[in-house]
Amino acid sequence: MTTTETAPVVPDFGTTDTDRKLAIICSKGNLDMAYPGLILANAALGEGVETHLFFTFWGFDMINKKTMGDLKFTPVGNTAAHMPQGLTPMPGMTAMATHMMKKSIADLGVPEVPAFLQQIVDSGGHLWACRMSADMNHLTEEDLYDEVEGIISATDFIELTAGAQLLFI
Amino acid sequence: MTTTTIDGHTVHVNEEGFMTDPSEWDEQLAKSLAAQIGIDLTDEHWTAIRFLREDFASQGETPTLRRISTVGGIPTKTLFQLFPQKPAKKLAYVAGLPKPHGCV
Repeated sequence: MTTTETAPVVPDFGTTDTDRKLAIICSKGNLDMAYPGLILANAALGEGVETHLFFTFWGFDMINKKTMGDLKFTPVGNTAAHMPQGLTPMPGMTAMATHMMKKSIADLGVPEVPAFLQQIVDSGGHLWACRMSADMNHLTEEDLYDEVEGIISATDFIELTAGAQLLFI
Repeated sequence: MTTTTIDGHTVHVNEEGFMTDPSEWDEQLAKSLAAQIGIDLTDEHWTAIRFLREDFASQGETPTLRRISTVGGIPTKTLFQLFPQKPAKKLAYVAGLPKPHGCV
Protein backbone atom coordinates (compact mmCIF):
# COMPACT_ATOMS: atom_id res chain seq x y z
CA MET A 1 0.00 0.00 0.00
CA THR A 2 1.22 3.47 -0.80
CA THR A 3 0.67 6.38 1.49
CA THR A 4 1.36 9.95 0.54
CA GLU A 5 2.50 12.53 3.06
CA THR A 6 1.63 16.14 2.50
CA ALA A 7 4.64 17.70 4.26
CA PRO A 8 7.97 16.42 2.85
CA VAL A 9 9.48 13.59 4.91
CA VAL A 10 12.99 14.77 5.81
CA PRO A 11 15.41 12.90 8.10
CA ASP A 12 15.92 14.47 11.50
CA PHE A 13 19.56 15.52 11.58
CA GLY A 14 19.12 17.08 15.01
CA THR A 15 19.68 20.67 15.91
CA THR A 16 23.02 22.29 15.23
CA ASP A 17 23.52 22.90 18.95
CA THR A 18 23.48 19.38 20.31
CA ASP A 19 24.80 19.38 23.87
CA ARG A 20 25.77 15.72 23.75
CA LYS A 21 29.39 15.13 24.76
CA LEU A 22 31.44 11.95 24.92
CA ALA A 23 34.58 11.29 26.97
CA ILE A 24 36.66 8.21 26.17
CA ILE A 25 39.46 7.08 28.45
CA CYS A 26 41.97 4.91 26.58
CA SER A 27 44.03 2.93 29.09
CA LYS A 28 45.32 0.03 27.01
CA GLY A 29 48.25 -0.19 24.60
CA ASN A 30 47.46 -3.44 22.79
CA LEU A 31 46.49 -3.20 19.14
CA ASP A 32 43.14 -4.89 19.76
CA MET A 33 42.29 -2.59 22.65
CA ALA A 34 43.29 0.59 20.80
CA TYR A 35 40.58 0.24 18.18
CA PRO A 36 37.35 0.26 20.23
CA GLY A 37 38.02 3.79 21.49
CA LEU A 38 39.05 5.05 18.07
CA ILE A 39 36.06 3.55 16.30
CA LEU A 40 33.57 4.84 18.86
CA ALA A 41 35.16 8.31 18.84
CA ASN A 42 34.96 8.39 15.06
CA ALA A 43 31.31 7.28 15.11
CA ALA A 44 30.38 9.89 17.72
CA LEU A 45 32.06 12.68 15.74
CA GLY A 46 30.18 11.59 12.64
CA GLU A 47 26.98 12.09 14.62
CA GLY A 48 27.96 15.60 15.64
CA VAL A 49 28.88 14.67 19.22
CA GLU A 50 31.68 16.66 20.90
CA THR A 51 34.33 14.02 21.67
CA HIS A 52 37.37 14.01 23.98
CA LEU A 53 39.89 11.18 24.31
CA PHE A 54 42.13 10.87 27.37
CA PHE A 55 45.17 8.62 27.02
CA THR A 56 46.43 7.15 30.27
CA PHE A 57 48.71 4.36 31.48
CA TRP A 58 49.27 1.82 28.69
CA GLY A 59 46.98 3.90 26.48
CA PHE A 60 49.92 6.29 26.25
CA ASP A 61 51.40 3.92 23.67
CA MET A 62 48.64 5.08 21.30
CA ILE A 63 49.98 8.65 21.27
CA ASN A 64 53.70 8.07 21.92
CA LYS A 65 55.44 8.74 18.58
CA LYS A 66 57.82 5.84 19.26
CA THR A 67 55.12 3.22 19.76
CA MET A 68 51.89 4.41 18.15
CA GLY A 69 52.60 2.84 14.76
CA ASP A 70 53.78 -0.43 16.28
CA LEU A 71 51.09 -1.64 18.71
CA LYS A 72 50.83 -5.39 19.06
CA PHE A 73 48.21 -8.04 19.57
CA THR A 74 49.08 -11.14 21.54
CA PRO A 75 47.04 -14.33 21.93
CA VAL A 76 48.83 -15.02 25.26
CA GLY A 77 46.24 -15.35 27.99
CA ASN A 78 43.48 -14.46 25.54
CA THR A 79 41.02 -17.35 25.39
CA ALA A 80 39.08 -15.50 22.67
CA ALA A 81 41.99 -16.22 20.30
CA HIS A 82 40.71 -19.83 20.37
CA MET A 83 44.16 -21.45 20.29
CA PRO A 84 45.61 -23.99 22.70
CA GLN A 85 46.94 -21.68 25.42
CA GLY A 86 50.19 -23.68 25.69
CA LEU A 87 51.13 -22.65 22.15
CA THR A 88 50.50 -18.93 22.53
CA PRO A 89 53.83 -17.98 24.21
CA MET A 90 55.91 -19.60 21.46
CA PRO A 91 58.41 -17.35 19.67
CA GLY A 92 56.94 -15.43 16.75
CA MET A 93 53.35 -15.98 17.81
CA THR A 94 52.70 -12.36 18.81
CA ALA A 95 54.29 -11.05 15.61
CA MET A 96 52.16 -13.41 13.54
CA ALA A 97 48.94 -12.58 15.39
CA THR A 98 49.68 -8.84 15.07
CA HIS A 99 50.33 -9.18 11.36
CA MET A 100 47.08 -11.06 10.83
CA MET A 101 45.03 -8.58 12.83
CA LYS A 102 46.58 -5.59 11.01
CA LYS A 103 45.73 -7.21 7.72
CA SER A 104 42.10 -7.86 8.68
CA ILE A 105 41.75 -4.26 9.81
CA ALA A 106 43.36 -2.87 6.64
CA ASP A 107 41.15 -5.10 4.47
CA LEU A 108 38.12 -3.29 5.91
CA GLY A 109 39.58 0.08 4.90
CA VAL A 110 40.12 0.99 8.56
CA PRO A 111 43.28 3.07 9.08
CA GLU A 112 46.27 2.29 11.29
CA VAL A 113 46.40 4.03 14.67
CA PRO A 114 48.30 7.23 13.65
CA ALA A 115 46.10 7.83 10.58
CA PHE A 116 43.00 7.06 12.62
CA LEU A 117 43.97 9.67 15.23
CA GLN A 118 44.43 12.19 12.41
CA GLN A 119 40.98 11.38 11.06
CA ILE A 120 39.50 11.91 14.55
CA VAL A 121 41.23 15.28 14.86
CA ASP A 122 40.11 16.28 11.35
CA SER A 123 36.57 15.41 12.39
CA GLY A 124 36.83 17.82 15.32
CA GLY A 125 37.87 15.38 18.08
CA HIS A 126 40.15 16.37 20.98
CA LEU A 127 43.16 14.34 22.19
CA TRP A 128 44.52 14.71 25.73
CA ALA A 129 47.47 13.06 27.48
CA CYS A 130 47.48 12.08 31.15
CA ARG A 131 49.89 14.08 33.34
CA MET A 132 50.77 11.20 35.68
CA SER A 133 51.48 8.81 32.80
CA ALA A 134 53.74 11.41 31.18
CA ASP A 135 55.62 11.93 34.45
CA MET A 136 55.98 8.19 35.13
CA ASN A 137 57.47 7.60 31.69
CA HIS A 138 59.48 10.86 31.61
CA LEU A 139 57.72 11.99 28.45
CA THR A 140 56.95 15.53 27.32
CA GLU A 141 54.73 16.97 24.58
CA GLU A 142 57.70 16.59 22.23
CA ASP A 143 57.42 12.81 22.51
CA LEU A 144 53.72 12.76 21.77
CA TYR A 145 51.68 12.82 18.60
CA ASP A 146 51.58 16.43 17.38
CA GLU A 147 47.79 16.68 17.48
CA VAL A 148 47.61 15.99 21.23
CA GLU A 149 46.28 19.26 22.64
CA GLY A 150 47.99 19.00 25.99
CA ILE A 151 49.19 16.99 28.97
CA ILE A 152 46.55 17.48 31.63
CA SER A 153 45.69 16.08 35.05
CA ALA A 154 42.82 13.70 35.70
CA THR A 155 41.03 16.57 37.45
CA ASP A 156 41.40 18.79 34.38
CA PHE A 157 39.91 16.08 32.20
CA ILE A 158 36.95 15.52 34.53
CA GLU A 159 36.33 19.27 34.57
CA LEU A 160 36.66 19.53 30.80
CA THR A 161 34.12 16.78 30.21
CA ALA A 162 31.47 17.89 32.69
CA GLY A 163 28.13 16.40 31.71
CA ALA A 164 29.68 14.02 29.15
CA GLN A 165 28.88 10.36 28.72
CA LEU A 166 31.99 8.38 29.58
CA LEU A 167 33.64 5.24 28.27
CA PHE A 168 36.59 3.58 29.99
CA ILE A 169 38.51 1.26 27.71
CA MET B 1 6.17 2.11 1.12
CA THR B 2 5.91 5.86 1.67
CA THR B 3 6.24 8.51 -0.95
CA THR B 4 6.93 12.15 -0.29
CA THR B 5 6.78 15.22 -2.48
CA ILE B 6 9.71 17.60 -2.39
CA ASP B 7 9.51 20.69 -4.59
CA GLY B 8 7.12 18.91 -6.93
CA HIS B 9 9.24 15.71 -7.19
CA THR B 10 7.46 12.65 -5.81
CA VAL B 11 9.93 10.06 -4.53
CA HIS B 12 9.91 6.87 -2.43
CA VAL B 13 11.44 7.24 1.02
CA ASN B 14 11.99 5.05 4.08
CA GLU B 15 10.56 5.87 7.51
CA GLU B 16 13.41 8.28 8.22
CA GLY B 17 13.09 10.13 4.93
CA PHE B 18 16.06 8.69 3.00
CA MET B 19 15.25 7.90 -0.63
CA THR B 20 14.89 4.20 -1.37
CA ASP B 21 15.16 4.26 -5.16
CA PRO B 22 18.40 5.85 -6.38
CA SER B 23 17.02 5.96 -9.93
CA GLU B 24 14.45 8.57 -8.88
CA TRP B 25 17.24 11.02 -8.12
CA ASP B 26 18.58 13.73 -10.40
CA GLU B 27 20.72 16.80 -9.85
CA GLN B 28 17.71 19.09 -9.79
CA LEU B 29 16.25 17.03 -6.95
CA ALA B 30 19.58 17.20 -5.08
CA LYS B 31 19.20 20.98 -4.88
CA SER B 32 15.74 20.58 -3.38
CA LEU B 33 16.94 17.92 -0.90
CA ALA B 34 19.86 20.12 0.16
CA ALA B 35 17.51 23.07 0.65
CA GLN B 36 15.39 20.94 3.02
CA ILE B 37 18.37 20.65 5.36
CA GLY B 38 19.59 24.21 4.93
CA ILE B 39 22.47 23.61 2.54
CA ASP B 40 23.12 25.71 -0.55
CA LEU B 41 25.13 23.56 -2.98
CA THR B 42 28.50 24.83 -4.21
CA ASP B 43 30.93 23.18 -6.63
CA GLU B 44 32.67 21.53 -3.67
CA HIS B 45 29.39 19.99 -2.54
CA TRP B 46 28.83 18.71 -6.07
CA THR B 47 32.25 17.03 -6.18
CA ALA B 48 31.31 15.06 -3.08
CA ILE B 49 27.79 14.25 -4.28
CA ARG B 50 29.02 13.02 -7.66
CA PHE B 51 31.66 10.84 -6.01
CA LEU B 52 28.95 9.30 -3.81
CA ARG B 53 26.72 8.55 -6.79
CA GLU B 54 29.55 7.01 -8.82
CA ASP B 55 30.88 4.98 -5.91
CA PHE B 56 27.42 3.69 -5.03
CA ALA B 57 26.85 2.70 -8.66
CA SER B 58 30.09 0.70 -8.76
CA GLN B 59 30.18 -0.70 -5.19
CA GLY B 60 26.50 -1.13 -4.40
CA GLU B 61 26.78 0.65 -1.06
CA THR B 62 27.09 4.20 0.20
CA PRO B 63 30.74 5.06 0.96
CA THR B 64 31.75 5.99 4.52
CA LEU B 65 33.55 9.25 5.33
CA ARG B 66 36.84 7.33 5.39
CA ARG B 67 36.25 6.09 1.86
CA ILE B 68 35.14 9.52 0.62
CA SER B 69 38.42 10.95 1.87
CA THR B 70 40.81 8.15 0.85
CA VAL B 71 39.21 7.10 -2.46
CA GLY B 72 37.27 10.26 -3.32
CA GLY B 73 40.14 12.54 -2.29
CA ILE B 74 37.99 14.98 -0.31
CA PRO B 75 39.62 15.74 3.08
CA THR B 76 37.63 14.86 6.21
CA LYS B 77 37.85 18.47 7.42
CA THR B 78 36.26 19.72 4.21
CA LEU B 79 33.40 17.22 4.51
CA PHE B 80 32.61 18.50 8.01
CA GLN B 81 32.62 22.07 6.66
CA LEU B 82 30.39 21.28 3.70
CA PHE B 83 27.88 19.11 5.57
CA PRO B 84 28.15 20.21 9.21
CA GLN B 85 27.60 17.91 12.21
CA LYS B 86 26.62 14.72 10.39
CA PRO B 87 28.43 14.75 7.03
CA ALA B 88 28.03 11.08 6.10
CA LYS B 89 24.26 11.03 6.62
CA LYS B 90 23.59 14.48 5.15
CA LEU B 91 25.66 13.70 2.08
CA ALA B 92 23.84 10.38 1.58
CA TYR B 93 20.52 12.17 1.91
CA VAL B 94 21.33 14.84 -0.67
CA ALA B 95 22.73 12.19 -3.04
CA GLY B 96 19.49 10.20 -2.74
CA LEU B 97 21.25 7.15 -1.28
CA PRO B 98 20.84 5.02 1.87
CA LYS B 99 22.80 5.92 5.01
CA PRO B 100 26.28 4.34 4.99
CA HIS B 101 26.45 1.06 6.95
CA GLY B 102 30.22 0.82 7.44
CA CYS B 103 31.63 1.58 10.90
CA VAL B 104 34.63 3.61 9.74
